[in-house]
Amino acid sequence: MTVASPSRSGAEILLGFARTLRAAGVPVTADRERTYLEAVAALGIWDPAAVYYAGRASLCGAPADLDRHDLAFAAYFAGELGGTKRRPAPPPPQIAAADLTDASKTGGAEREETLRAVASSAEVLRHRDIAALSADDKRLLAELFSSLHPRAPRRRAHRHTASRRGTVDARRTLRDTVRRMGEPGVIHRRRRGHRPRRVILLLDISGSMSPYADSLLRLAHAFCRSGIPVEVFTLGTRLTQITRPLQHRDPDRALVAVGDAVADWSGGTRLADGLATFLERWGRRGLARGAVVVIASDGWERGDPAALGEQMRRLHAVSHAVVWSNPHRGRAAYAPIQGGIVAALPHIDHFVAGHSLAAFAELVEVVAHA
Amino acid sequence: MLSPMDLRTAHPAPTDLAAALGETGYLTDEALTTVTWLALRLGRPLLLEGEPGTGKTALAQALAESTGLPLIRLQCYEGIDATQALYDWDFPRQILHLRAVEAVHGAAHDVAAVEQTLFDERFLLTRPILTALRTPSVLLIDEIDRADDEFEAFLLEVLSTWQVTIPELGTICAATPPAVVLTSNRTRELHDALKRRCLYHWLDHPGIERELAIVASRAPEVDAALAAQVVRAVHRIRADRELLKPPGVAETLDWARALHELGARELDTETAAATLGVAIKYREDAQRVVDALDKVLTR
Repeated sequence: MTVASPSRSGAEILLGFARTLRAAGVPVTADRERTYLEAVAALGIWDPAAVYYAGRASLCGAPADLDRHDLAFAAYFAGELGGTKRRPAPPPPQIAAADLTDASKTGGAEREETLRAVASSAEVLRHRDIAALSADDKRLLAELFSSLHPRAPRRRAHRHTASRRGTVDARRTLRDTVRRMGEPGVIHRRRRGHRPRRVILLLDISGSMSPYADSLLRLAHAFCRSGIPVEVFTLGTRLTQITRPLQHRDPDRALVAVGDAVADWSGGTRLADGLATFLERWGRRGLARGAVVVIASDGWERGDPAALGEQMRRLHAVSHAVVWSNPHRGRAAYAPIQGGIVAALPHIDHFVAGHSLAAFAELVEVVAHA
Repeated sequence: MLSPMDLRTAHPAPTDLAAALGETGYLTDEALTTVTWLALRLGRPLLLEGEPGTGKTALAQALAESTGLPLIRLQCYEGIDATQALYDWDFPRQILHLRAVEAVHGAAHDVAAVEQTLFDERFLLTRPILTALRTPSVLLIDEIDRADDEFEAFLLEVLSTWQVTIPELGTICAATPPAVVLTSNRTRELHDALKRRCLYHWLDHPGIERELAIVASRAPEVDAALAAQVVRAVHRIRADRELLKPPGVAETLDWARALHELGARELDTETAAATLGVAIKYREDAQRVVDALDKVLTR
């Protein structure tokens, strides 16, 4: 094996590789590094193939990691670099400085007035079309997203829980009887409990939806932070899973992370292809089964509307409910006449607006009761 | 049959393991062999992900067969919990026992002693994981992605310490940790904590050469020329990215066997169309394949 520098020990070189891999975006933890060293030791460090397979087995945890590993392996062991390369630090999160904080510098009475102004402007902002907002208003609106409290739709659970009504819980009753040496006592009952349904968000981030992309991601972030089982995907010219980057506590950080993960901002829309990929790779295998699927899109389909209709039929067939949130729906003169949306409509359970914070709040309610 | 201690050192090098698996009819490539060997050597669980029908479950079966250890299978499903995976008390028998004690001794007996007998080994129903901890074995935890998060957390505990505590009996510790194979169809991202404890491998569909060898070893009764035709056809079908569910190795084997049972000498358009249901399980897919059947069957 080519060694980066003759003075470094084997462990050092291997750890350097682990670090390189981490810099390449694979979540390598210390215990994975240890497993890696053990694995290489078991196979023999002088066999490049062994080091390669040991790295794939112990440092990776998903198919995407494997590709990164192969690239990093080629680069590192070709003697290109040591393990010191760092990913550029993420840009500092934009602090959404609302008027509230600025007001603290001024006098008390003035401050109160500003507060009231902010409160009423917030109410106005809630109902305004996001596409028409100025940059400052958008920043203010971003703060308001924390007022959304998504709740999970619920389904009957497989497991039973103790209850005052329901069927007789023979096992618990018997166990109680055993405790009393066979003396009959209270009859326990049970019934099936509730479990949260999974929610799947498919966000259209194509060019025609770009004024709403930022807000949709903030909505998705609110869902992710709420503790509901959620999976989020972006739909553009390709399909990207962004659940992981959205896990940051801070919405601005989460959005920066999503920005790194998604490659097709403001491109075209191939809704039918995106849905087909989603169904093939995730949906039909179980992710969408019994889930509430939310599609946020204006339904402007480049391709054949019939293909979109077919994919929507499939999606509807595997999921519990399909909710379509369309920003144009909020306009007074809107009628669903575009080819894409006409083809999709028969397979949609709830067709809602999606142009303002108030509309998003309504969407959250619809999802909770889907 | 190997003695229990042998699992870690039974195969001095990965190639020995490949040979042992090959004897059972399971053909591996270098990557899979190395990872499996490492999992055995380091005593780590092996997490296999991949398309359905690429031989994830079969690996565990082959591993069990080649080592002579029993295969213990735990099929995961939504709502599975510890009583189905670990152990449970046999309540009806406990009650029966109480009644029997009462009938024989009447009312005069030592309560504590009777209670003690209630939580005895013979009233314990051992479920797969406990069974695997008590006997050297190959433990297959199938389709872990179907189970809930809580169950994953519970597995984490067992897989890292190899012990289980039953309040009434005490802690049961594995003398020799079982070889553990976890499979997942990736319907859901597994938790990192669980993944970190495992060695990871992604299984792809095999290449033409290897799939031919697999058919030859798993279904030796099938005529070689017919087998080659079937494998080539399946590969062409798989190359169609639009399919909802590309056929796996299991489907190839089924198809080859089905054609053999029908007495077909070669795969032509008619026999293929008639038996397509063995390999293709979706109406839309079947339509696509039938339409392109001429292309699929060209040599």
